[in-house]
Amino acid sequence: MVIPAEQILIQTVNGLVNGMILALVASGLTLIFGIMDVVNFTHGDLVMLGGFVGAVTVAATGSFWLALGSAAVTVGLFGAVLQVTTLRPLVGRDPLTTILATFGMSLVLQKYALWQWGPSARQIQEPLAGRFALFYLEYPWYRVFTAALSGAIILALWLFLKHGTYGIWIRAATQDRIMAAAMGIPVPAVHTAVFAIGAAMAAASGVLFGPLGGVTQTMGLDFTLRAFIVVVVGGMGNLAGSILASIFISLLEAYAAIFVSPAQAVIVSFVALILTLLFRPTGLFVPTPK
Amino acid sequence: MLALEELHAHYGKSHVLHGVSLRVGRGEVVGLLGRNGVGKSTTLKAVMGLVRPSAGRVVFDGRDVTGASPHHLARLGLAWVPEDRRIFRVLSVLENLRTGLDRPAVSPARRAELLEKVYACFPVLAERRRQPGGTLSGGEQQMLAIARAMMLEPKLILLDEPTEGLMPRMVAQIREIVRLLHRDGVAILLVEQNVPLTLEVADRVYVMEKGVVRHHAPAAELRQAPAVLRQYLGV
Repeated sequence: MVIPAEQILIQTVNGLVNGMILALVASGLTLIFGIMDVVNFTHGDLVMLGGFVGAVTVAATGSFWLALGSAAVTVGLFGAVLQVTTLRPLVGRDPLTTILATFGMSLVLQKYALWQWGPSARQIQEPLAGRFALFYLEYPWYRVFTAALSGAIILALWLFLKHGTYGIWIRAATQDRIMAAAMGIPVPAVHTAVFAIGAAMAAASGVLFGPLGGVTQTMGLDFTLRAFIVVVVGGMGNLAGSILASIFISLLEAYAAIFVSPAQAVIVSFVALILTLLFRPTGLFVPTPK
Repeated sequence: MLALEELHAHYGKSHVLHGVSLRVGRGEVVGLLGRNGVGKSTTLKAVMGLVRPSAGRVVFDGRDVTGASPHHLARLGLAWVPEDRRIFRVLSVLENLRTGLDRPAVSPARRAELLEKVYACFPVLAERRRQPGGTLSGGEQQMLAIARAMMLEPKLILLDEPTEGLMPRMVAQIREIVRLLHRDGVAILLVEQNVPLTLEVADRVYVMEKGVVRHHAPAAELRQAPAVLRQYLGV
């Protein structure tokens, strides 16, 4: 069976673009898991909330940038409130309780979105219309813009973590939260801040994804599942690993979509997850543990 | 500076501290000796808020701080140097120091001063300032753990077995550091297995046995009559 070269090329670029959006979602999730061992089942729904806030903002103001900003800030603050009210009281308890709590919150958020914005999908207008010539094909500018912006946000996160006092606090508390506390680092506040940052990044992904796939109440589940696959394949708590894994998984799905429908293409991601757990459970993109 | 009053603590169902009482005066070096497993480290952890006391009080610098959170205690001037050092392995030496140095109350000028002072005490840390903490040798990590605590400008340091596993040359260095801190007016509660070292640097010594303090004497007295210690420590 001969696959036309254009298809492979397009799917490669699509894979990279989707990979960058997924990386934005997954890095927030991996940061949260790394620092407070919380398996956050709400994460995809924060993407969804961001999408809705973004859609509503664009409809009201026409500005995509404002939509991005308001979604990140609103959902970021909401994330902080969520962490303080539902997760902080559960610190030190059986990890199953946080899984149940975040799962329950996910259901609440989906129903809230349904009540607030109704059952029909929302659209967000592409801020950048038109296509450009990619070799002998035409590729939409917006998709490239999305990948670039996701990359920029992740880079900003990386720089924040590497320099400055708060970056040190986050990395210290991720490594050893007890010793970090003994050094005067306000660990509970750091946890809340990290959750808020993860939520804001998820919200931004929702807005970026809006023009590509629309915003629906149930879109969260797809993101949560894929983000979890990425976090496992990339190595739990490993930021660079989750970015590489996001691209890897998205490329796999994009290539699979040449042969089957996109809904079925997700199967390859699960296969990757299972293989990783079987053969390299610490993560594919993590150096062999010493 | 620090007073423990009838402190009790449990690990789950296990009753580990059975009413520990001791005091550390301002600027004093106080030793805490005892065999393995009597609860010396647990005592330090209970003071630092890492183990919740089930009964009793901890008073630090005039305040009742029983069960206070560790980060609050660090801000009040209590520093903890754990038995296993607990260096942040992925952070560089400088970043390890900064976990204690970067406090809002401390001006950039003062931070530079503190850093210079600690580099003067521990030249090896200055050399290795950009290296990840995990690449340091055992002795160097111990230096870093103490230097890191010094960054908090503490009023009292809880030092848990600083000489454990160190070569004699490094043990001598630790002794000098304890003396230096003492000269600077920092109080120290020193948990140690190394009895001669403890008797050399401490003003007073408590001896624990099975979760309680069993004996208490000035170090000078114990230096003259070491037989007493043999009774409790078997040394």
